Amino acid sequence: MAEELTSPNAAGARARALVPAVLFAVLLGVCGVTLYKIQHRGLDLHEIKSPLIGRPAPVFRLPSLADPTVMVSNEAFAGRPYLVNVWGTWCGECRAEHGVLLEIARRAELPLVGLDWRDERGIAGRYLATLGNPYSVVASDDDGRVAIDWGVYGAPETFLVGADGQIKHKHVGALSIDVWERDFVPHLKAGTAAVAAVAP
Amino acid sequence: MIPELGHFALVLAFLMALTATFFGLVGAWRGQSAWMAVAPGAVAGQWVFVSLGFACLTYAFITHDFSVVYVAHNSNSQLPLLYRVAGVWGAHEGSLLLWLLILSSWTLAVAYFSGSLPERFRARVLGVLALIGTSFMAFLLWTSSPFARQPMAADGADLNPLLQDPALALHPPMLYAGYVGTSIAFAFAVAALLEGRLDAAWARWTRPWTTTAWLFLTIGIALGSWWAYYVLGWGGWWFWDAVENASFMPWLASTALIHSLAVTEKLGLFKSWTLLLAVFAFSLSLLGTFLVRSGVVVSVHAFASDPSRGIFILALLAFFIIGSLILYAWRAPTLGSDAGFALVSRESFLLINNALLVAAAGVVLIGTLMPMFMDAFGLGKISVGPPFFNVAFLIPMLPLVALVGVGMHAGWKQARLGALQNRFLTLGLAGLALAVLVCWLGFGRAGLLTLLGFAIGAFVCLSAASLPIARWRRGEHLSLGVLGMSVAHLGLGLFTVGVTVAQTYKVERDISLGAGESYTLAGYDFRLVGTRPVTGPNWDGVEATVAIREGAREVTVLHPQKRVYRVQTNPMTQAGIAVGPTRDLFVAMGEDLGAGRWSLRLQYKPFIRFIWLGALTMALGGLLSVGDRRYRRAATSKAAMPAEAALAEGPTRG
Repeated sequence: MAEELTSPNAAGARARALVPAVLFAVLLGVCGVTLYKIQHRGLDLHEIKSPLIGRPAPVFRLPSLADPTVMVSNEAFAGRPYLVNVWGTWCGECRAEHGVLLEIARRAELPLVGLDWRDERGIAGRYLATLGNPYSVVASDDDGRVAIDWGVYGAPETFLVGADGQIKHKHVGALSIDVWERDFVPHLKAGTAAVAAVAP
Repeated sequence: MIPELGHFALVLAFLMALTATFFGLVGAWRGQSAWMAVAPGAVAGQWVFVSLGFACLTYAFITHDFSVVYVAHNSNSQLPLLYRVAGVWGAHEGSLLLWLLILSSWTLAVAYFSGSLPERFRARVLGVLALIGTSFMAFLLWTSSPFARQPMAADGADLNPLLQDPALALHPPMLYAGYVGTSIAFAFAVAALLEGRLDAAWARWTRPWTTTAWLFLTIGIALGSWWAYYVLGWGGWWFWDAVENASFMPWLASTALIHSLAVTEKLGLFKSWTLLLAVFAFSLSLLGTFLVRSGVVVSVHAFASDPSRGIFILALLAFFIIGSLILYAWRAPTLGSDAGFALVSRESFLLINNALLVAAAGVVLIGTLMPMFMDAFGLGKISVGPPFFNVAFLIPMLPLVALVGVGMHAGWKQARLGALQNRFLTLGLAGLALAVLVCWLGFGRAGLLTLLGFAIGAFVCLSAASLPIARWRRGEHLSLGVLGMSVAHLGLGLFTVGVTVAQTYKVERDISLGAGESYTLAGYDFRLVGTRPVTGPNWDGVEATVAIREGAREVTVLHPQKRVYRVQTNPMTQAGIAVGPTRDLFVAMGEDLGAGRWSLRLQYKPFIRFIWLGALTMALGGLLSVGDRRYRRAATSKAAMPAEAALAEGPTRG
């Protein structure tokens, strides 16, 4: 910042003056790489299709939001369909979809598992206490490791896990009742029909 | 016919810009006066033809010419006139044309007001501005012509409903005026680097342009924030979204530049740092344009992203940013070094100001680009949200705001702050007393950070107000420059108070109500009276009536709406807001839960108006200081600063 450019270290001054150019060159280089990936490698930053669809849902074991001494796991829900909703109190879209989650919970078609992602326990507790809690259990993913296992890019994201333990559908962004009925409910119906067909 | 005329006008504008570039830059290089004299006329021609092109596109919008692809994609026969005009900049092609119109207007203004500048310097400035115009005109013509035709469509696909709002009709022109305005300081910097000479006169020429660009940027960002508050339905005023950050980074760099220019003008110090900031401010503006247009960062409101065009902008970016930074590395070390300065002086405060502002811009840049970097280096995908920004941004900003209150009073070269100790103590205690009074007694509770934030904000307000008052009482002349500085800093104080109170004491609830039911929030009773269908020119919707009482007193009745625009069919919320000086009451409609029940978002937002009031006050301060007489003197007295005299005024090498 201050220019102490006496002649002995003039070369050093020149080298230092190049630093901004180098930094911006790196930055633009990375922009170029990303752009290339978007155009030629099909990278879609907006909606990354989860490679997990049709695969078994990763198992997690995390402290419960309500009581950190209790561990909760999605294994407890194995054998029936359930929803995993990734949220955080810092995420505006999560707030926007909260009413929809409450409505889904009220219809009681399946249990909701909340994954509270990189959040503060106290704030998250108060958030659910004031807005209402749609979740059967809430696991708190403080360091975001489970979210990485699930390929979570941003919050909110919602995964439907079928009775067979496979991920059936993933929705990125806020849910709405329309999206729920269009993209999620058919999977549930298909699941029930399949079970009904096998049952007799 | 008119669209073809528009396209032809843009081709002519391109040729005019190319002419100005060539004769400006090459004429200055070869010292050909006759060549250099061509540049001002050519940039005037550039402005005429870009304006004509812009007028043709506006005409196509107004007359519903759906044979123009761009019009068919962004307008509709039912669209009201205001939004047909604003629709011109509703998507990529038209907003680029607006960008060019504003650039051409700035360039013309520089040509008009720069008659007193040295001939070569003026030609170089105009040449650089015309070069920017030429490149972006080429981008427009080759990749994004707004005049491309198609068979006449029966009707248009309508303007993005989010953009059908008065604040958003104005937001892009203001923001662009600020973005593009940074190109002037950039052109002055590049011209100085090409000349290999920079002096106090250079800073005096550059300052009013930079301040004007900064004030437009300030207003543009404030408008965008206000719009997000009442249209997006979340009731937030800043989301640290990539697009917001893209406008905020040049603002931070421009703010640093304004302050650094002050030192360069008064003392001839910080010369290469000032040049670097001028390049940074423009680079970050271009980077912002690129980030928004190319889709390399995820944003909730990138309205015009298209990766195929990204490569073109990236090439332009690389040319201007890397090119100017290499020029900087080559020339800056020869500009002469700075004399030392005293530890306690206005210039050392301004140096700290610059370091903190650049650190803040760095925080925003890192947070915005980190997901892209992580992905590019295969380190996994992350998202960076408010938890990062809110904390990381506060670290440089809190000390910065506190120092503003003190630094404003420091004199150049050697300040005797000791003499002012009593005043600072009084003002500081008054700020703390206000904080305790408002936060503790008014709102009933206060954390340490809240008290600190409020006290610092109040201290800056008081300190800013005391400066002109003290001068006036001593009977000293009060220049518009000093007054403008005080007003702008008062705005910063108001903003700080607003953010502190609004973030600490906001109350937000998402609830479901049936007709006749009510909910009490922060002492206000919100009652859903009922809902009824409403119809607009191009949308249908539902409007709720929410009556708000405080105790027995009727406060207001709000009418929030949820609209569905007929063509694009995406729902839009229009919040109902009761505005007040000390609090807003906010109701937004959520989902229809059936059987007459609605989910509603109720919010109590104390002091939130201070946030925008603060921003507008800052802009007003900028406006006042641009009006300072010494800039007019510099502009009108012909050849006031011949090269030799300017050199003599510059600091000695050493």
